Order: sequence, then structure tokens, then C-alpha cells
Amino acid sequence: MSKEIKFSDETMKLVQTIIARYPEGRQKSALLPILHLAQMEFDGWLSAPTMDYVASILKIQPIEVYEVASFYSMFNLKPVGKCLIEVCRTGPCWLLGAEDIVRHIEKKLHIKDGETTADGMFTLKTVECLAACGSAPMMQIGETYHEHLTCDKVDTILNDYKSKGERTTHWDKKHIKAQ
Amino acid sequence: MGKQLLLEHINTPGIDTLNVYRANGGYAALEKALKMKPEELVEEVKKSGLRGRGGAGFPTGMKWSFLAKPEGVPRHLVCNADESEPGTFKDRFLMQNKPHLLIEGMIVSSFALGAEVSYIYIRGELLYVFHILQRAIDEAYAAGLLGKNILGSGYSLDLHVHCGAGAYICGEETALIESLEGKRGNPRIKPPFPAISGVWNRPTVVNNVETIAAVVPIVNMGGDEYAKIGIGKSTGTKLISACGHINKPGVYEIDLGIPVEEFIYSEQYCGGIKNGKKLKAVVAGGSSVPILPADLILTTAKGEPRLMTYESMADGGFATGTMLGSGGFIVMDETASIVKNLWNFTRFYHHESCGQCSPCREGTGWMEKVLHRVLSGHGKPDDVDLLWDIQSKIDGKTICPLGDAASWPVASAIRHFRSEFEEYIKNPASIKDVKHYYTTNNLQPTA
Ligand SMILES: Cc1cc2nc3c(=O)[nH]c(=O)nc-3n(C[C@H](O)[C@H](O)[C@H](O)COP(=O)(O)O)c2cc1C
Ligand code: SF4
Ligand code: FES
Repeated sequence: MSKEIKFSDETMKLVQTIIARYPEGRQKSALLPILHLAQMEFDGWLSAPTMDYVASILKIQPIEVYEVASFYSMFNLKPVGKCLIEVCRTGPCWLLGAEDIVRHIEKKLHIKDGETTADGMFTLKTVECLAACGSAPMMQIGETYHEHLTCDKVDTILNDYKSKGERTTHWDKKHIKAQ
Repeated sequence: MGKQLLLEHINTPGIDTLNVYRANGGYAALEKALKMKPEELVEEVKKSGLRGRGGAGFPTGMKWSFLAKPEGVPRHLVCNADESEPGTFKDRFLMQNKPHLLIEGMIVSSFALGAEVSYIYIRGELLYVFHILQRAIDEAYAAGLLGKNILGSGYSLDLHVHCGAGAYICGEETALIESLEGKRGNPRIKPPFPAISGVWNRPTVVNNVETIAAVVPIVNMGGDEYAKIGIGKSTGTKLISACGHINKPGVYEIDLGIPVEEFIYSEQYCGGIKNGKKLKAVVAGGSSVPILPADLILTTAKGEPRLMTYESMADGGFATGTMLGSGGFIVMDETASIVKNLWNFTRFYHHESCGQCSPCREGTGWMEKVLHRVLSGHGKPDDVDLLWDIQSKIDGKTICPLGDAASWPVASAIRHFRSEFEEYIKNPASIKDVKHYYTTNNLQPTA
């Protein structure tokens, strides 16, 4: 299933728009936004060939991409399920029961933090404060914040993603057309 | 309710669109500013007494006047929308609901600083807000409020949104600059300060979202008028994001100077403690500031009511005071375990340390381990002293303030709640309600 690593024309146009936001010769500044686009386009994670491709677009060394991709928590360096569940585990969410939410998801999906379900549908990841502490506990799936969680609410939300069965990424294709 | 300078019209349907924002007085500050000289605008901000709302409280007008202006070198304004300090969610609320307020503030501030290309650095997880901002920026371009020759003034500005990708440290301004350059978020050694050499070695001002938004009402009402709100050197209004065990979590705009007690118990704000429980402790300015027990957050050691100002919060120094910080107000009731909350925060700082300085990189990990040992019932009699010792060797000894931010919660928890640690160590059975999720971390107790 090795498919060619190449941005669609539409995405490539957006890549060029983004690069133009920074001064001449400073195209490396576009690295983070472009890695987000790469994750969107190439199955939700960054493989070495994907990172090499991004390096070639920005005319920088592959190592410059690897060292950045491994620093930031949003970049997945191994494959993830179609639906990446990111549950906030930091103090304020924990005070209001984040732990129960994580336990519930682990039991429901038979996976632990960091693992992917056998059918490749869900990956569970605990993350740090997402600036939504007032509506704790909360989780993010794709670009959507799900707040004021209860175990029942989590069930409904996850069943919904499962029945849709689509890949959900942080940067959604729908925004490309809007640009 | 205090003055609503930032949150005014926040519930008006469509306030996120240009038309509705303008119909409610939006972009009046820009029209006014473009008729003034940039120096006059800096002067108004100085007069207003506005202090940075990102956490450090540094006077904004003074920061602006430090900006170097070498001939022929572009300078930049960068808005810090990284908002990752646990307990803080005011910037997200503002950007999501009133994107044009930030954009107007960015244009006015860029004009005052002589910047022709400015950036909003937003944390990557907020991609949905990125798109809200981008849509608003597109509207502003179409209406001639951005781009060439803004409103016929001869001033031109390009404004871009840049997204991060998950790293608390990128909120530190020099790490943010590195990240904007497409690198790892490793804070820079200062000096040089960004005002002299910032992004792409150009003079740069980094300001928080709320700081930049506050420039709009300051221009509208005049710096002197703004300075009349508040007490002493704490002028104006401040957004406080309140969370934890309270009845009404949310983002509130307060006049600086109201009593903490009013903020916690009044129906206008937090509405008191949830389920009729008692207040145990508050972390008043985001996870990094010292925790205070109920009596000290409500009243200073001198016995005066503690007020929501930079000065009153700090009254008593670290011995009995704290900091206003980012305005992330975390309330804990009598059921909360201080040690466990501290363990969570310490784990957070360990996770977020960029790793450049050994006291921060190693020290945060050691503190996490010791706290974990205590919580899993294997604490040793001298663990509290050990924790105290480790934190004292981080504080003030690192490149950036993340090290301090990791040590202050530990120091203050020991200072005010030492008996809770000791009880856990002496009598592990007293460690109630320790659920087991966190113990799945690969940090096994070192017996
Ligand atoms: C570890 C760390 C994280 C920070 N995070 C943020 C943040 O998320 N948002 C912010 O505005 N300032 C943050 N700051 C403060 C910035 O370094 C800087 O002081 C601020 O952006 C200046 O803007 P202001 O003067 O308008 O407050 C952080 C500082 C440190 C040390
Ligand atoms: S104090 Fe910590 S986060 Fe800051 S530069 Fe040093 S290691 Fe990095
Ligand atoms: S602690 Fe979970 S969103 Fe802030």
C-alpha cells in the first residue's frame, strides 16, 4: 500500500501561500504549518518519507524536519487510528474526573493510553491542558473540543465517530477550499 | 459586574463577523489611531498603566518603548496566543468569540510600533480558532482594514496566523520565536532581548492576546481614563478564567481590585464552592504560581482582605502570598488532595521541559518520582525535605522561567500543606481515593 507521497494540487497551492507569509530565505518558518498539512494528507502521521518530502519542499535537510517533528506533541511519528482521542489529563481536568474518563475509554476500547484498537479505528492519547479547563473534563478529536464529559457522553461521541468511520485529523480538508 | 471593555457584546449573535463587530463600535479605535502619531499611541498605552496579561505583568508601554528601530530593518509584532498554562482559557474564549477585537488590536499596535508584517502565534491544538481568525482576517483585508494603505492612511500591514504544534514551552517568548522560525521550542539565552533581536534577528515585540486586545479600549477611551479603573499600579480590567470546584466556571472580566472573596463567592462570578463544600486552596494565576490555603487567599497575613491586583496577590512575598499571573484561577475544595494535584503539575512540567538545562530537565523528573513514591504509599520520612531541596536547586538556576514555574508549586505546597505530605508518608492508608490510572505510568515506585 505504498502510495506516492505528494501533496494534491490544492494542498500544494496552500503550501505556497503559507511559505509566502515569511521573509525570503526564511521558508523554514513554514515547517510547523506544513507538517500539519502533511499529517492531514498522509493518514494522520508523519513517516520518514513524508518528512523527507517536506524537507525537499522547504529546501532544508531531513534532520531539520525530524528534530522538529519529534519535539512537538501533535506530530505522530507512528501510525494512529482513524480517530485519535486526545484526553486532557492536567490538574484542573483531573480535579473534575479526567481519570475516570480515561479509565472508561481504556475499558470500552480495550486499549491503554498510547495504543490503537485492533480494527485501526481509535487511538487513545492523553495530552496536557487544552485551554478548556472551565468545561472539564474534556477531550479533543480532530479539531473538535468535546467538553463537560461524562462516561455516557463519551460513549455517544465515540459511537458516532465509529459509525461514520472516517479519518479525522486536526487540520481538515474542508478548510483548504475555504482558503 | 465590572466594566466589560473586552467582553462587551460577547453574546451578540454574529459578533465574530466584521459587519456585526463594526455595527457595535468595532474598528473605531483603528480609525482614531491612524489619525495619531505612532509615538502618541505608545504614550497613551504608557499612560494607561497596562501591564502584560500573559503572566509576568510587565508594563506594556515600557516594553514598546524598548523596541529598537534601526534604519532599514523590518520589525515585528508577534501575538502570543499559545495559551497553555494549566487553568488559563481566557485567550481562547476571546479569540473564538471576538476575533476582530484581537485583529483590531494587532493593527493598532503594529501601527504604533511601525511593524509592517505581524504574526499571531496560536497553539496548534486550537486549529479551529486558527480558522476563525483566518476568516476574520480575510474579511478585514476585503474591507481595506489590512493590506496596502489601510483606510487611506498610507500605512500598510500584513497579518498572518501561525500555528504551533503542541508544546507548553512555546508560550515562553523566545521559545515562541524559535518555533516561529520553524525550530524546536528551545528558549534563547537573554540578552539579547527580543526588542533588540527577535524573530529572524529583527527587533520584535511579543505580547499576549489579552494585552493586545486591551489596546483597543485604551485608544477608544484614552490612557488616562483607562488608568482610573483599578487600584495603584494594577489598572484596567482583567480576564480571569475560573475553574475547579466552583459553581460557575468560566471567563470573567473584572475591574482589577475586587476582593478575592467576592470573586469566589458572589453570584456574578464563581458563585461559591460546588456542592456546598468548603474551600481548601486556590492556585490563583495559572499552575505556575504558588498555591495558597483558604485563609491566605481570602485574607493577607496582615489580616486585610486580599484583592485581585498584582500587588495584593503578591502581598507577603512567597511566604504568605502568590501572584496574579495569567488569571488562571483554580479552586480546590476540601476533598482535593494537594499532594496529588502537585504530582500532576510536576508531571506536567517534567513533560514540558525542553531539556536544555539540567536542573529543570532532571529536577522535574526527580520531583515527579518522589511525589509518585509518596502517593503510591512508599514515601520515606525525609522525602519532604528531599523535595524541598530539589526545588530549591531549580529555582533561579535555569535559562527560562519554566524551571521556576516547576519549583514554586512544590515549595508552596510544602510550605502550606506539609502535614498532608507527612500524613501520607506516615500512614499510607490515609491516601484516599487514589485511583490507578496514573500508576500505569512507567514510573514504578523505587522502594
Ligand atoms: C513556560 C512559559 C510559558 C508561557 N506561556 C505563555 C502563554 O501561553 N501565553 C502568553 O501570553 N505568555 C506566556 N508566557 C509569557 C511570555 O514569555 C511573555 O512574557 C508574554 O507573552 C509577554 O506578553 P505580555 O507582556 O503581553 O504579557 C510564558 C512564559 C513561560 C516562561
Ligand atoms: S528552564 Fe527548562 S524549559 Fe526553560 S530552557 Fe531550561 S530546560 Fe528548557
Ligand atoms: S486542564 Fe484540561 S483543559 Fe486545562
